[in-house]
Amino acid sequence: MNVGSKCRTCREPAIIDLPRHNANFCAEHFLELCRRQVVKAIEKYHLLEADDKILVAVSGGKDSLAVWDLLLELGYRADGLYVGLGIGDYSDVSGQYAKRFAEERGLPLITIDLRGEYGYDIPTAARATRRVPCSACGLSKRHLFDKAALDGGYTALVTGHNLDDEAAVLLGNTMRWEVDYLARQLPKLEARNGFPKKVKPLVRLTERETAAWCVVRGIDYLVDECPMAVGNKHLEYKGTLNAMEAASPGSKAAFYLNFLERMAPLLAGHRADDQHTLRTCDSCGAPSSGEVCAFCRLVDTASAHERVPVELLTRGKR
Amino acid sequence: MIVKLRNPTREIVIDGRRRVHALLTELDLNRESHLVIRNGTLVPGDGELDADDVIEIRPVISGGFE
Repeated sequence: MNVGSKCRTCREPAIIDLPRHNANFCAEHFLELCRRQVVKAIEKYHLLEADDKILVAVSGGKDSLAVWDLLLELGYRADGLYVGLGIGDYSDVSGQYAKRFAEERGLPLITIDLRGEYGYDIPTAARATRRVPCSACGLSKRHLFDKAALDGGYTALVTGHNLDDEAAVLLGNTMRWEVDYLARQLPKLEARNGFPKKVKPLVRLTERETAAWCVVRGIDYLVDECPMAVGNKHLEYKGTLNAMEAASPGSKAAFYLNFLERMAPLLAGHRADDQHTLRTCDSCGAPSSGEVCAFCRLVDTASAHERVPVELLTRGKR
Repeated sequence: MIVKLRNPTREIVIDGRRRVHALLTELDLNRESHLVIRNGTLVPGDGELDADDVIEIRPVISGGFE
């Protein structure tokens, strides 16, 4: 039995310590803190309107289920979208978590199966196109998320990117001074021709906090990491940032949130206006820089390739 | 105590009592990237773990970006 730390708000026994807030919280006040951070993100960055029709991209992991749960708690209307990526058992299990969450709450969940509907899966796409798996996955998800949101008449596409995700991307882009990427690294991308509004309401919560939200709320989620992501740069950046965070609590939040506050406005002029350079894909009609968009080219190549089992690409990774 | 770990999934046995942050340090795990769960409930950093506890140390880091 813990007899030490007390909740900063009510002095009852704490269930979590949050060094970046220099405070401990009981379950009730931890949840309140999370809600407050999400509301603050929504208001500060003008992410959502009360009447937005929201589509949440759901993976079955902690972040996407937490953001769906939080938005519903805050009174928003939000449906879910799950894309079956065909990454072996990992995808089978992740789909079960997403579907169970939706079923238990009576929520609509749109499902798309890459293999069933487009004739490929991520391991095969990675091998066929010689892309790293996360690149093939990201390209597929971005296209399908946008399409599902526009087809369904949704006014906002929500993803579960958290503070750690954004800080890690920021570190990677800063290390390479990718000015155009830095200029676009915002919690909201406005709707524009062929693209829905995209927002990230969890950018003020760390992934330890989103995981804790799920534990406290009794949300069952897929804990295991995608087998194809093991060893990627993004995870290395997160490890580096967490080492810094341990030595100096609050560093991650300061790095990312101060970027939004102080640096992003200075980069506004670098945000490329591609509305005049984009055309529509001859094959699917989505925005594209060429005659055929990157997604349709990937589908063509990957669906013609012999199926590649995930084990072939993950062997020796752990 | 029995400690359940992930990546890879395994169990180890630790003799005696520990505070959470001492256990994480002993296992060379960063507390920013892990939660400690006992009987479905989170245990904070200075929470004391008994010798007969069964706990899960759950990693919270996920990745998979381009």
